[in-house]
Amino acid sequence: MAVKKISKVQPEKFEFNKKNKETADIIIKNYPSGKQQSAVMALLYLAQKQNDNWIPLSAMKYIAKYLDMPYIKVYEVATFYSMYNLTPVGKYFFQVCTTTPCMLRGAYNLVDVCKRKIAEEENRLSEDGKTSWLEVECLGACVNAPMLQLNEDYYEDLDPTKLEQIIDKISNDEIPQPGSYRGRLSSEPENTRKTLIGNKNA
Amino acid sequence: MLEDKDRIFQNLYNDFGADLTSAKQRGDWKDTKEICGKGREWIINEIKTSELRGRGGAGFPTGLKWSFAPKEVGSRPHYLVINADESEPGTCKDRDILRFEPHKLIEGCLIASYAVNAHKCYIYIRGEYFNEGQKLQTAIDEAYNDGLLGKNSAGTGWELDIYIHYGAGAYICGEETALLESIEGKKGQPRLKPPFPALIGLYGCPTIINNVETISVVPTILRRGGKWFSSLGRPKNTGSKIYCISGNVNNPCNVEEEMGIPLKELIEKHAGGVIGGWDNLKAVIPGGSSMPLLPKETCETIKMDFDACVENKTGLGTAGIVVINKDQDIIKCMARIARFYKHESCGQCTPCREGSGWMWRMLERMAKGEATRDEVDMLLDVTKQIEGHTICAFGEGSSWPVQGLIRNFKDEIIERNKFDPIVKKQKEIPYLVDQHLLEKENA
Repeated sequence: MAVKKISKVQPEKFEFNKKNKETADIIIKNYPSGKQQSAVMALLYLAQKQNDNWIPLSAMKYIAKYLDMPYIKVYEVATFYSMYNLTPVGKYFFQVCTTTPCMLRGAYNLVDVCKRKIAEEENRLSEDGKTSWLEVECLGACVNAPMLQLNEDYYEDLDPTKLEQIIDKISNDEIPQPGSYRGRLSSEPENTRKTLIGNKNA
Repeated sequence: MLEDKDRIFQNLYNDFGADLTSAKQRGDWKDTKEICGKGREWIINEIKTSELRGRGGAGFPTGLKWSFAPKEVGSRPHYLVINADESEPGTCKDRDILRFEPHKLIEGCLIASYAVNAHKCYIYIRGEYFNEGQKLQTAIDEAYNDGLLGKNSAGTGWELDIYIHYGAGAYICGEETALLESIEGKKGQPRLKPPFPALIGLYGCPTIINNVETISVVPTILRRGGKWFSSLGRPKNTGSKIYCISGNVNNPCNVEEEMGIPLKELIEKHAGGVIGGWDNLKAVIPGGSSMPLLPKETCETIKMDFDACVENKTGLGTAGIVVINKDQDIIKCMARIARFYKHESCGQCTPCREGSGWMWRMLERMAKGEATRDEVDMLLDVTKQIEGHTICAFGEGSSWPVQGLIRNFKDEIIERNKFDPIVKKQKEIPYLVDQHLLEKENA
């Protein structure tokens, strides 16, 4: 279960860097004037990316000022949505989908690998301090199950051996190729494609 | 089986590439100006003729929905919002549209915006689909550069701007009013209806909300005619639909097929059959995790469309078919779904917030055989307490799968949970002690 815990260690100050400030201003313009509050989700995400994959309280205060909205409203949003990490996570953050369609295809075997190779418990950093993992709910790639998300990329059609290889690469700071690990390029049926045959040969 | 030429999503498997040039070769953006030139009434009538029903799960007639938008723009602007917050377990169709057919979606947005008088369109993509969102953004940029969006979109004289809004991992934001709250920068908690979003929606303005697949099929329908679309399938359940087949099948896949295709054909023909053979089939969830499961006997004959599913006490939902074979523990599977709903409940209404946790904990114990026999009926009672007592349909979505389990596999649950707490049978346990208090962690 994703329990939202606020980190005890908090940096004093947070500020967007120049590039993120520009991005933030572009995002705010996407919404009608006076409705800048709409940008809060995108700005929290920017802050999370800038701050090593987690959001400190000072960033929420900063965003509240930036968007001219009450701090508690930002806090509400940050604690409501599950993708905002309020405590530090690994630089490489594995999110294993274990909802029923993935579970049927062996997602819990992947969880076992994570337990063995990363950390015994969810949300705890590995020994080298670079990786952590979390069980999450459906990531919407059920046809390519079992799968996991590593930072922003999907790794699909996995099995325990392949996941071990991925984790080994990660511990050497190599980013493995995202996508399917059975050579699929989309969600077409392997071997038994019966539709759009003409397109395949086009 | 649907013929290849009648398939709308020709690039479903990315044989051609998703860029604008190849999209145009497939016929996207052809005659968009002429289509809009025929006027709003014509577009809405043609969609009504096609009997297109929303592909996001509820199956509401799209033409009717569009006609709810006020005819004239008053002091408040109109908005079009596209729901790409695809999070229903078992469903992954919108992802393929976003990454492989983005121009069908963008063109659909233009036509729909024109039909409902909207100059701004927001596409709400779930935060996990970051890469898919980037691909859509590339396609949107291509469209702007080609003059297909902006001041004079595709030469229609209509001004349209499309923006992407990323979610952040909340299933409930797929509910239309929660989605609007989320765009407004609040917690994604559903609003009471009425007022309906068509009159008071985003920022209090008239808003039409449609699923990605619904909007993406609109340009093709208008090009080939509503009559063509309604000739597929059967009345009230027309057209084609992307089915996602996952779980214990040999070749899990997405496939576009005619509405009303037999479930058995989908599984046997397209997905390569059930692992271990058809006789190894235990149950099928036909429409994403919210829909009650079907036992094997029904799977033999059922046709996959909205009305046929309702006749069999389930629903087509998003057409995310999850196949479960006999190697799996069906109670455990449903307990995992119950855990999903416990995790995703927004916490606004008490029956759902508390009840989803109850259902999960009871099912976990039933999977282990630690529940009492009476608890099976108690569980059914809990589902009835949730269903219909919440603001949004999440209450139904979380209790229907449990009801489906009890309806079809009650014997199996009782077989595993024979335990009777009454003193005459279990003498070592003191009378009047609630069994669950003796339980371990899940109590």
